Amino acid sequence: MTIERPTVAVVKFPGSLDHDSAARAATQAGADATLVHHKDDTLPAGTAAVVLPGGFSYGDHLRCGAIASRAPIMQAVIRFAADGGRVLGICNGFQILCEAGLLPGVLRPNQRLGFICRQVTLEVDDATTDWTGTHTAGTNLSIPIKNHDGAWFGDPADGRVVFRYDESNPTGSRERIAGIANHEGNVLGMMPHPECACDPLVGSDDGRVLFDALVGAVRVGAA
Amino acid sequence: MMTRVVVTVMPRTETLDPQGQAVAGALHQLGFDDLGDVRIGKRIVLDIDGDDPVGQAHAMCDRLLVNRLIEDYEVDAG
Repeated sequence: MTIERPTVAVVKFPGSLDHDSAARAATQAGADATLVHHKDDTLPAGTAAVVLPGGFSYGDHLRCGAIASRAPIMQAVIRFAADGGRVLGICNGFQILCEAGLLPGVLRPNQRLGFICRQVTLEVDDATTDWTGTHTAGTNLSIPIKNHDGAWFGDPADGRVVFRYDESNPTGSRERIAGIANHEGNVLGMMPHPECACDPLVGSDDGRVLFDALVGAVRVGAA
Repeated sequence: MMTRVVVTVMPRTETLDPQGQAVAGALHQLGFDDLGDVRIGKRIVLDIDGDDPVGQAHAMCDRLLVNRLIEDYEVDAG
């Protein structure tokens, strides 16, 4: 049986900013997007995929993503991921996934310490996860970044590198890493914002592939 | 009885500390020519009850206060 509109849970923490954009992008991809509160300790029944959106949860106090990663809902997200559920963390969501131990490494302040807000070119590296659809390795995508703590640090061998920045490596990430998945491939974190690149009107719809993957792959799994 | 426990968290020496570098640059500009490296960390002051405040402080560091990938820490009980 194919689920027509799978439920995508978008978790909202205090200081989340991009939950509405993420929900809109998931809806555009065919999902029924539901906002979930950080103090809930379960995901909605029938949740097919989870998005941790961008923002500055808890004001980035202590370390970016650190406090949110210990919120009650994260225990449910960790269980969901352990069962193979798809989890996409964008920007602050990526930072939270790293702090929660669902993804390797950690995000550190940008090398030049500035807040960077601009369109960047991403290269698809590992194209074997479902996240990049039919794109092949080396495909370029145009998706914006907007962050202060976007320099990934860690051992790339602890995961699967899905996206790298082009040579400009604006954040100073180790090995230009812009997005990394776990070994299993069901959890992806990325600093660029695919939900801000879902309509040619804003300059690019290259981000749609992530939300299509979020929804599409779930449909295959549920068939 | 509350015990004051001070946790000092520092970026690991092998990781880049852009904040320290920016401050070092400014200090050099002010004429502090003898200055070498600057590294910036944080000091967390905890008032803890119970029999084992130092043990609790270490547990807090493990669970939340420190990310050992990029940070080292020391615990001092007053």
